[in-house]
Amino acid sequence: MKTLFFSIAALSLMGALLIGAGNALSDYDGRYSHEDDDDRWEHMMRRSTGVYARPNPTYTEECGSCHIAYPPGLLPADSWRRIMSSLQDHFGDNAELDQATNQEIMTFLLTYAADNSSYRRSQRMMTAVKGASTQPLLRITDNPYFRHEHHEISPRLLKQSGAASMSHCNACHQRAEQGSFSEREIVIKGIGRWDD
Amino acid sequence: MKRLPVLFSIAVLMNTAMAANPAAGNAGAGQQLWTAEHEVKDETRSCTTCHTADPRQGGKHIRTGKAIKPLSPAVNPSSLTDEKKIEKWFRRNCKWTMGRECSVREKADIMAFLKSN
Repeated sequence: MKTLFFSIAALSLMGALLIGAGNALSDYDGRYSHEDDDDRWEHMMRRSTGVYARPNPTYTEECGSCHIAYPPGLLPADSWRRIMSSLQDHFGDNAELDQATNQEIMTFLLTYAADNSSYRRSQRMMTAVKGASTQPLLRITDNPYFRHEHHEISPRLLKQSGAASMSHCNACHQRAEQGSFSEREIVIKGIGRWDD
Repeated sequence: MKRLPVLFSIAVLMNTAMAANPAAGNAGAGQQLWTAEHEVKDETRSCTTCHTADPRQGGKHIRTGKAIKPLSPAVNPSSLTDEKKIEKWFRRNCKWTMGRECSVREKADIMAFLKSN
């Protein structure tokens, strides 16, 4: 009697597991069978490893000629305001824009600045400068979160990577301009893939 | 002595003609401007700092390292075609390179030099 009882119990347990696994598998299939879900999946991944990046032709044209068009989510709105109002001396370079273009770009940057972003890296950037009594940072590379994330990059390694400076994101982050900073996408010249 | 006013008038007329027709630049003068060095903010700067001396060659932004396409229309057909763009870059880059804006004459000469290459 006891044996029969255990057999039934074991069988039902196995059955439950199988059904469970079956459900999980169909979920898995479902996730990849629809394009919408596919987008959502990628979106979710980007939220945790990237910042919001939306191409803006004016921004790319005007700001992306001299350096990569930094995704707006890499800086707080206050920083963008300071940058856009001092373009005549833009880190030692003259990057003046006519008023209409300046306004258009400013609107774009402020809309997608780190402040209200739901992307993790933007939020971390914001947390890192929260409560700071100094003027808003002008350089992404001065943000404490940025520095923390790059503390392993020695000057020697930077030189080897071929980057002109730490602001040359795409020397290592292959999809920086698309707002993607996943560790799996890091390739450093002379070293190859970067594994933390 | 009597000739002086005449010469002066001719000079003024020529200047006006140049201003009215910026296409009539002098390529030789343009080349001199292109390679001239200027001391700005304790740095020696020149057009060639980023663009190299040869307009047929691509350059490299001195600070960011970003590649700059050749300016010579002979090798880069889309170069120097957009009036607004030309003025924007002259304004920015003359100020950086020379510490002041370029005159109409200077811009015409530089354009002539770039187009002749």
